[in-house]
Amino acid sequence: MDHIVDTRPGRGDGTLMPGGAGFITETRAAARAAGITLFDVNDPEQGITHVVSPELGIVLPGCTLIAPDSHSCTQGAFGALAWGIGSSEAEHAMATGTLRVPRPKTMRVCFTGRCASGVTAKDMILALLAAHGAGGGAGHAVEFAGDAVLALDMEGRMTLCNMATEFAAMTGLIAPDSVTLDYLRGRRYAPDPLPDWSGLRTDPDARFDREIVIDATVIEPMVSWGTSPGQTIGVSGRIPADADPRALGYIGLAPGQPIAGVPVDAAFIGSCTNARLSDLRRAAALLKGRRKAPHVHALVVPGSSAVKRAAEAEGLDRIFLDAGFEWRESGCSLCFYAGGEAFAAGSRVISSTNRNFEGRQGPGIRTHIASPELVAASAVAGRIADPRALA
Amino acid sequence: MTPFTSLTSIAAPLLRDNIDTDTIIPSREMRSTGKTGLAAGLFAPWRYLDADARVPDPDFVLNRPEYAKARILLGGANFGCGSSREHAVWALSEWGIGAIIAESFAPIFETNCVRNGLLPVRLPRPAVDMLAGRIVTVDLAAQTVDEHRFDIGAEAKEMMLQGLDAIDLTLQHAAAIAAWHARDRVNRPYVYLESGA
Repeated sequence: MDHIVDTRPGRGDGTLMPGGAGFITETRAAARAAGITLFDVNDPEQGITHVVSPELGIVLPGCTLIAPDSHSCTQGAFGALAWGIGSSEAEHAMATGTLRVPRPKTMRVCFTGRCASGVTAKDMILALLAAHGAGGGAGHAVEFAGDAVLALDMEGRMTLCNMATEFAAMTGLIAPDSVTLDYLRGRRYAPDPLPDWSGLRTDPDARFDREIVIDATVIEPMVSWGTSPGQTIGVSGRIPADADPRALGYIGLAPGQPIAGVPVDAAFIGSCTNARLSDLRRAAALLKGRRKAPHVHALVVPGSSAVKRAAEAEGLDRIFLDAGFEWRESGCSLCFYAGGEAFAAGSRVISSTNRNFEGRQGPGIRTHIASPELVAASAVAGRIADPRALA
Repeated sequence: MTPFTSLTSIAAPLLRDNIDTDTIIPSREMRSTGKTGLAAGLFAPWRYLDADARVPDPDFVLNRPEYAKARILLGGANFGCGSSREHAVWALSEWGIGAIIAESFAPIFETNCVRNGLLPVRLPRPAVDMLAGRIVTVDLAAQTVDEHRFDIGAEAKEMMLQGLDAIDLTLQHAAAIAAWHARDRVNRPYVYLESGA
């Protein structure tokens, strides 16, 4: 239960989404009738599917994992073949235990070197999108490799793979290593002991249909300026002179304008991209002892109920609340009108989510996607800001 | 599924790149759990000046009288990107679109089209541009749009031509699938969670 649920405190089956409560009760009844385990609205393990499945060790290396949600590629971070499908394909999978899939072409995206301090997995994937466009991965399954990828923890790797769908790739995946095994060991559905998955890696002499190399050392905190995730620049950058006029018309910015300093009305930390515990820790570290700008509507929506509990045990909720953020129950929330909520019409939102499409977060809403750190820094400044200045 | 053989219609140009499924059918327009009742919400953010009051924008391509009965839609690159919502295809079909000709499609959307008998046709952008506003004929067996030839996967083509149901087709291999699962269950027992686990 993630897309449809309310994330306001004290929630039940009620939701602002028209027909939402009916959807929840129908899903519950159908799951019970079919003997399917459901992590229900108030289950301790409730949350966004791409957050909950790894937390419980449901996704495992070498698995084929599908779900009727485009961000299912998140779980490729575990060396699983994980991708999003539509409802008909979900029906096919449940009826046959299989899917009919054309073999994708292969691509390796290698991030060489290490990211600078304050630069995150979100900035890496946005840098890829900025360089190669939202259609850059079309027709391919992508392996992410290189020192900067190996240096990421599992949560960072999930952030990276999460947006493979924004690259038009079938999926993104990362070869499992000791970081993967350490994460999975002891989780509820993970086997004990863990099997030998060391064979799940690309052969040294393997040939990819396409290879992209990105120098991770020069990536800076990234932020989108337009209405496609590929319309993204470094936070110190300016809107391109040849920027798509339609996107600029919607977003209300001009060519050559610096992106830093653009005033924001709202700040959102949440989603399957960036609402895991490490995301909240890094944002909270910047917000501690600070306060959001008075006019900014700011909120944090943990990716799962388990993340929420863990964050509260560390006192992160207090930091966010003291900084003037709302502290919500887990769900997809304002990433896209989930639970029936949207930002005020026409607002400009700095958001740790994955899509900056026209109207994605509500009619006329102008979304800028970035890391949780950049969202936190911008909430404090009241305008798009480089988080490294606060660190 | 209704077979697709050929389709002749005026081609309505919506020649933008990265048209996403949130725009094709916004979440707030998905008001039921079924596959119908979606056509009114199709392209709601672009089609209406006021979506709540359903005030049409006369400039939007599908609102122009010459395209009121268009069954072929033209698009740019990465058509149908974003959310996997199959409602986008259902909404297009319900409105009357039978084929989309675009430079490229997002992968989930493309599969959703094939599963619902809506033909996704990939052509180079200059060819797509040339079709705008013309009466064109898409012939799936010949893999042509007028004078242009297009590529499509052999299986997708066959399924669409014959209106085959993917599940029926796969279940012809039920014995082989069961045998594979039985072997895999031995090799990777941890993948097979028991009901209620």
